Formats: sequence, structure tokens, C-alpha cells
Amino acid sequence: MAITVRNLTKYYGQERAINDISFDVKTGEILGFLGPNAAGKTTTMKIITCYMPPTAGTVDVDGYSIADHSLEVRRKIGYLPELNPLYLDMNVLEYLDYAARLHGIDKTKIKQQMNLMIDVCGLKEVRHKDIGELSKGYRQRVGLAQAMIHDPDVLIMDEPTSGLDPNQIVEIRNLIKRLGRAKTVVLSTHILSEVQATCDRVIIINEGAIVADGTPAQLQQEFHGSESITIELRANVTDALIDLFPKIKGLPNVESVEYAGGGDDVHRFSIFSTKGTDIREELFKRAVAERWILLEMSRKITSLEEVFHKLTKTEESKQ
Amino acid sequence: MALDIKSLSSNLGNVGTIYRREIRSYFNSAIAYVVIVVFLAIIGWFHTSNLFLANVASLRLMFELIPAIFLFVVPAITMRLLSEEKKTGTIELLTTKPLHDVEIVLGKFLAAWALVGIALLLTLVYYITIAFLGSIDNGPVVGGYLGLMLMAGVYVAIGLFASSLTENQVVAFIIGFVLVFALFMLDKVLLYVPGSLTSIVEFLGIDYHFSNIARGVVDSRDIIYFLSLLGFTLYLTVTSLQRRKW
Repeated sequence: MAITVRNLTKYYGQERAINDISFDVKTGEILGFLGPNAAGKTTTMKIITCYMPPTAGTVDVDGYSIADHSLEVRRKIGYLPELNPLYLDMNVLEYLDYAARLHGIDKTKIKQQMNLMIDVCGLKEVRHKDIGELSKGYRQRVGLAQAMIHDPDVLIMDEPTSGLDPNQIVEIRNLIKRLGRAKTVVLSTHILSEVQATCDRVIIINEGAIVADGTPAQLQQEFHGSESITIELRANVTDALIDLFPKIKGLPNVESVEYAGGGDDVHRFSIFSTKGTDIREELFKRAVAERWILLEMSRKITSLEEVFHKLTKTEESKQ
Repeated sequence: MALDIKSLSSNLGNVGTIYRREIRSYFNSAIAYVVIVVFLAIIGWFHTSNLFLANVASLRLMFELIPAIFLFVVPAITMRLLSEEKKTGTIELLTTKPLHDVEIVLGKFLAAWALVGIALLLTLVYYITIAFLGSIDNGPVVGGYLGLMLMAGVYVAIGLFASSLTENQVVAFIIGFVLVFALFMLDKVLLYVPGSLTSIVEFLGIDYHFSNIARGVVDSRDIIYFLSLLGFTLYLTVTSLQRRKW
């Protein structure tokens, strides 16, 4: 059940929320929408779920356009909106029954679907309680249960783990992973570890435009600057610090060397090498040749966090 | 053709689902009971004082009183219907489910209308007491109840429309009250209206048509007035609900 988004633009009055966004989500893919607050994640999701129309552009879900076949699209989508709004005066069973009926589930299957959701989402103990009495974690499960009660092919979740404690986050994340196995899932978040933990693919969006698109690993690869290696070594007493620099810098692919502290004869260096190269081996050989004693060597890989930071901060720092 | 029937039954099913949820919500919260008790208490007070103090065994006072009570009771019933969904964000869940906006509006409209209907049904107690005590002309009674239901329908539609305009229930109540009050007062301010317009203004006033029906004369013009006003207001409500789409 693929989603095709083409040239999507949305204005709120004069304010542009998203600008000419295009992307595809393949069947069975878990796509993470990453971006700072007010980047346009929620707006994009609201358009895909037919809550509001775009100012320009098209969205097709399984070949059905949101403009012309809104009902068909809505039938295929399960949606968990931001902040997980629920009817607090209904109990869990009543609410799931309500959601099931609105989704037009065959009357003979409603009970069965409800029981399935209660099992899967772990709502058994609270099923007779009013939603208003439930903890945030349980409410989130109710939100997920209502979104999936009709076994949709597409699941769209706006910040599904926001406001939960770390244990609940892990629980919900596992739930999403388990349930999303056979579905096309789009979820938004500004928590990076979430994307790394759950998503096959990441789209980073900033100020209404897509700034990066790829698997978490690809993005790390693509957007890390130079590779950085930190070493700590004990040099010969006779070696002056100033003499060490050219010996390291002379290695192939080394771009720059920074002194990172030390004392007497122990020194720390940060070594930056050309993108995509690994200088550890050469470094080791050099140390052996120079009779340095290598105390530590560690490679730092750009985290997704840094990629995110880099991509979404640029605009701000320009101002 | 078979397809049309299928989609119609699914439409009715959706309306019914919304309707049941709203009715349940009225009776789960205190709203339904408060409304019914307040409604019956006010009418009961005037009814009994009329009966015992003035020695008049008639329902006329009741039929004159209820339209005035409706003015604030009906907007109180309808004020939360859409505004609360807007405030809590559940409107987003509702409108992304596979159903038409019309079905949402109709379901909510029917639920509020039914609640007014239940309150009205309970006033039959007063009818029964009068019927025991004296002879009663059933024509105006039937017409009166029919008129009250039609009037309630229009008020509920207006209140629902007011509720669709804002996410604040108090604001929704005030807008609803002002609108129904204006409609109610139209045929009472004819003195201040230029002569050429009096008949138009009078025709627009809701109480004018209600009193026609309440006399026991059911004229198609009055029925058409109520139904068209009802339909028009519901149409406005659907449009207002779709405003998010502009």
C-alpha cells in the first residue's frame, strides 16, 4: 500500500507550513518523519489523512487520490493524531466499539477485532475503565488500538511516544514494530533514537522542506563530515610535542590534527581524515615505527543526532 | 441501484453510531438529567400555580411558556456538541474516519433533538392532569406538541451551528442564545419595523409560525418554514465544519 506525495504545499493564511514536498513510501516500509517543532511534520500528516486539503500538490494512497477519493483513502488509513485526543467520558470498550463502527467494520467482526486489539495493545485490565482515568501510557495504547481496529494497510502516527516515560516509550515502540510489520507506517518524532530504533527510512524535514531522505545508516554516511579518530599515546621523552604533529599529519588521508591535551610524555590528538577512509591501520603502523606506546584509539562516527543538528540548524545560524 | 441502497444504509449506520454516542454521553454526564429536571420544574411551577391559584385547567400557558424556556435550554444542550470536539482535538479523529461531514452533523443534531423530545414527552404528565380535571381540546394539544418539536428542531440546528463556530462552549452558548432569541423576537418587534417590511419580518419570526400550528391549524406554509430553516441551518453547519478545508 504505497503512498505517493507530489509537490505538496500548504499555506496557513500567509504563512507557509510546507513547501513543495515530494516523497514516496513503499509498501511495508516504516518511515520516520524527523524534524524540529513546527517543521511541517504534522501538517503533512494531516493532509495525508484527509483532515485538511493541501494548498497545492497531490497525495495518492494505494492509487487513490485524497482529493477525489477521500473516503477510500480514509478507509485504508489508521491515524493517531498528535497529543492523542480521546473521548475521556467513554470507557475503553465503548470507545473501541465506536471507532470500529465508524470504520464500517462488519458487525459480526466488531467483537473479534476489539478483542484482538485489547490483547495486542495490552488493555485487558483497563477495558472497563473510563479513558479519563487511564495513565498516559494506557491512553497511548488506546489511541493505537483505535487507529488499528480496522486493520488498516497504512498507519500514520504523529509523535506516538511523546510524553511517555522511558519504559512506556520502549513498550509503545515495540508495539509499533510488531504491528507495523505488515503495514506501511509513517511516524513523526523529534526523538532521534526513536527513528534509529524503529524506522527503515528517515525523512528529515525542516522549515517545510525535505532536507534529507534515506536509511538511518545512509544519512550517517552521507552527512558525517570527516571521520574523526582520537588517540592517546606515550611518546619517547626525547620527542618534542611539536615534532609529533608532522609525523601524524604526514599519514595518507589525514586532513588535520588537533592537540586534545595531555601532560609530560602522554598526548591526546584528534585526527580528522578524509570522508570514507579508515586511517587506523596506518596510524598503528606509524606508532610502531616511531616506538610510541598507543594507550587509546577510538573512532567517532557521526550520530544521526549530529546529522539532524547539522541539517536543521543551518537556517537558523544563517540568520 | 443496489449500490445506492448499500451506501445509504452505511450512511444511516454512521448517523446512528454518532447519534448513539451523543445520547449516551448526555445520559452518562449530568447534562440530560439537569436539562430534564430544570425543564419540568419550571413548567411545573407555572402549570400548578395556574391550575390551583388561577383555577384554569388549560395547557395554553404551557405552550406559551415552553418556547421561552427553549431559548436558553436548547443552546445549553447543543453548546458542547462540536466545540468540545474541536477543543480536545477529537474532531480530527472523527473527520479522518471514513464518513461524511453531513453524517456527523445529522447524528449530533438528532441526538440533541431527541433529548429535547424526551423532555417534551415528560410534560405529557401535565396534559394528563388537565385531561382528568376538565375537558380538553385535543387539536391545539397535538398542534402544540408538533409545533414545539419543529421549533426545537430549528433551535437545535442553530445551537449546533453556533457550536461549530468556536471551540469555547460558553461562546457557543451565547451565540446560540442570541440567534434563537433574535428569531424568537422577530414577530414581537413589528412596531419598530417599516410598514412595508412588517409582513416579511413577521413571516421570518419563528413564534408566528409556532402560534399558527399551536392553534391546531397545520398549514403547509408553516411546516415548510420550519423545515427549510432547519435544512438551511444544518447546511450552514456542515459548511462551517468543512471550514478547516479552506
